[in-house]
Amino acid sequence: MILLTRKADFSAAHFYWNNAWSEEENARVFGKCANRQGHGHNYTLEVTVAGEIDPVSGFVVDLKQLKDIMEREVVSVYDHRHLNHEVPEFKAMVPTTENIAIAIWQRLADKIPNAKLHRVRVYEMPTLFADFYGEGV
Amino acid sequence: MSAIAHLSRRYSFAASHRLHVDALSPEQNRATFGKCNNPFGHGHNYTAQVTFSGHVDSSTGMVTNLADLDAFSQRELLDVFDHANLNTLECFRDLTPTTENLCVELWRIFAEYPNAKLERIRVEETGNNSFDYFGEGTPAVYEE
Repeated sequence: MILLTRKADFSAAHFYWNNAWSEEENARVFGKCANRQGHGHNYTLEVTVAGEIDPVSGFVVDLKQLKDIMEREVVSVYDHRHLNHEVPEFKAMVPTTENIAIAIWQRLADKIPNAKLHRVRVYEMPTLFADFYGEGV
Repeated sequence: MSAIAHLSRRYSFAASHRLHVDALSPEQNRATFGKCNNPFGHGHNYTAQVTFSGHVDSSTGMVTNLADLDAFSQRELLDVFDHANLNTLECFRDLTPTTENLCVELWRIFAEYPNAKLERIRVEETGNNSFDYFGEGTPAVYEE
């Protein structure tokens, strides 16, 4: 088995807010991330797939195809968008780095031909990232 | 059951150290540690990368609140290790402050963080070398 990783970047705005809580509770838990005007990040996405090497092509997956899938399913939906307002999964889910990794997993899991999604890593900044391996969904 | 995610955070600190073992002769120390045995010590810009796992809380979307983790790291890691001479710290009184031993020490510190499960400690001593420690035992999946 070979692991293959492809990166992509997207820039997006978000804020952290739980509608079930008071304004004070949101401010206490989420701090400056609760500013409802939003703020933004340059995110880096790393998608790792696992598979066997095709004896004819020598590929695990066709990288161009993987790039196109990531572009269609994730980057075109998230890039230069406000995650809370414009991306459906974050209507009911706080767009933390953890939840973004889970949401991207769900967008990609059954879309990759000939390989298995192994890991989704999302960097919110170089010093903070979340990994999701599909556990518990 | 909610999903389980891994969260990693990187912290930088600058510190000096000297690799030296009292039980070895000066020649043996020089032969073992080379320029790292320089009696005056030398320093590095270290990066510690800590990885925690846990259920993603459905009300916060978080494995752990970063403000809590950052406050813990400030108190337990940065306030102690940043701009310090590692050889003078209590934990290295009888232990050579190699990056391997530093990894194990940071594991001991971050394992006490109460809000998530520690999975991995990575310490980068320079841009060209890094060390990973997963606690006792072998990690289920070893990868970058």
